Amino acid sequence: MNYVFQFGDVFAAWPLLVKGTLSTIELSMLAMLIGLMVAIGCAWGKTAGPRPLRWFINAYIELIRNTPFLVQLFFFFFALPALGLRWSAHTAALTAMVVNLGAYATEIIRAGIESIPKGQIEAGLALNLKRRKIFQYVILKPALRTVYPALTSQFILLMLSSSVVSAISADDLTSVAANLQSQTFRSFEIYIVVAVIYLVLALSFSALFRVIYRLALHYPDRR
Amino acid sequence: MRTFGFSEFLFILEAAKWTVALSMIAFIGGAIGGLIIALSRTSGKPVLQALSGGFIQIFQGTPLLLQLFLVFFGAPVAGFEINPWVAAGVALILNSSAFLGEIWRGCIQAIPAGQWEAAQALNLPYLARMRHVILPQAFKIALAPTVGYMVQIIKGTSLAAIIGFAEVTRSGQIINNATFQPLIVFSAVAAIYFVLCWPLSLLAARMERRQAAALAR
Repeated sequence: MNYVFQFGDVFAAWPLLVKGTLSTIELSMLAMLIGLMVAIGCAWGKTAGPRPLRWFINAYIELIRNTPFLVQLFFFFFALPALGLRWSAHTAALTAMVVNLGAYATEIIRAGIESIPKGQIEAGLALNLKRRKIFQYVILKPALRTVYPALTSQFILLMLSSSVVSAISADDLTSVAANLQSQTFRSFEIYIVVAVIYLVLALSFSALFRVIYRLALHYPDRR
Repeated sequence: MRTFGFSEFLFILEAAKWTVALSMIAFIGGAIGGLIIALSRTSGKPVLQALSGGFIQIFQGTPLLLQLFLVFFGAPVAGFEINPWVAAGVALILNSSAFLGEIWRGCIQAIPAGQWEAAQALNLPYLARMRHVILPQAFKIALAPTVGYMVQIIKGTSLAAIIGFAEVTRSGQIINNATFQPLIVFSAVAAIYFVLCWPLSLLAARMERRQAAALAR
């Protein structure tokens, strides 16, 4: 092996890498937030909605979970504009991520909701809580608590798979890397650095999720 | 200009055999790698555990696409001639080794400690203990999540399209560039993946339900 590693060009482009990292963070966080909303809505629909709605949500989940994210992305970016919808690569990428995460997170949250004992809901009714309050405090919050580890690892998987949006040249870290490598030809060095950034992002997100758990979902101990 | 007709669909469908072949390579290689990882993780040897733990952390903490790029652009650095076949195969094998290794580690650790102790009390050496006592029981627990993971592998092979490997997604792109009918082309591509993945998903869900029922008894 007589290859000379040259990281100079990569590090010289640090402002671009920072910008790419920030847009990956922004894209992922937006997709997580909106995707979580979609998933909570669908999980509610799947456990309590009318039959046609349930059927529709099931079809959505199965369709998304059994096709690759890249194909979903192409569908949103190439196919929908052919129907007359005009949108940027960035919006198409965000939409694809939300739709993808929504399907996985729905299944996770539904599992959480189904784990809530019936007695707990009846206790809520007995306390004369409104239906919305029961869903919010008696069903959803404990359900999210139960499935929190699965949900957050799905979030991190989404952040990692957001690198795929570079295939439609949406702004993100991997697109920055692809542009850099076509200018400098230091492909291997660039992708090593970017892979390390993703690793740091993944670890930071899981640290962040631990903090959120402690702030929002932690119950004080009974003793 | 070409329009999307039966022969175009056939072109994409033909490419499904490369998707299936790549998935098989990734699964078989990943199963061998995953077993080694899972056994290292449960070996109790600090060095092995640290190495396999690091391997899992790296491959689960970075995007599969970046792993593909690193193999694709890294192999010439190490002095190998590389083509998309080898790059996609190697990257997918490494990736699925990490994920299967982590799944199977859980299954091995789910075997009650009494089983380990009983095997030890019978003075079974490590290989016999694993081969005759632990792994057959772990295999039963591992079956459903492993089938579920196969779906992830099939979907993961679509990323090989980005480095120019002509599987279903890449053929879809080629046909789309020729016909400019993205709606029907990518629907066809999605449908092919769905037909490949859905039966596996159903099977995995069914096995999971059966296992839950067996455990509830």
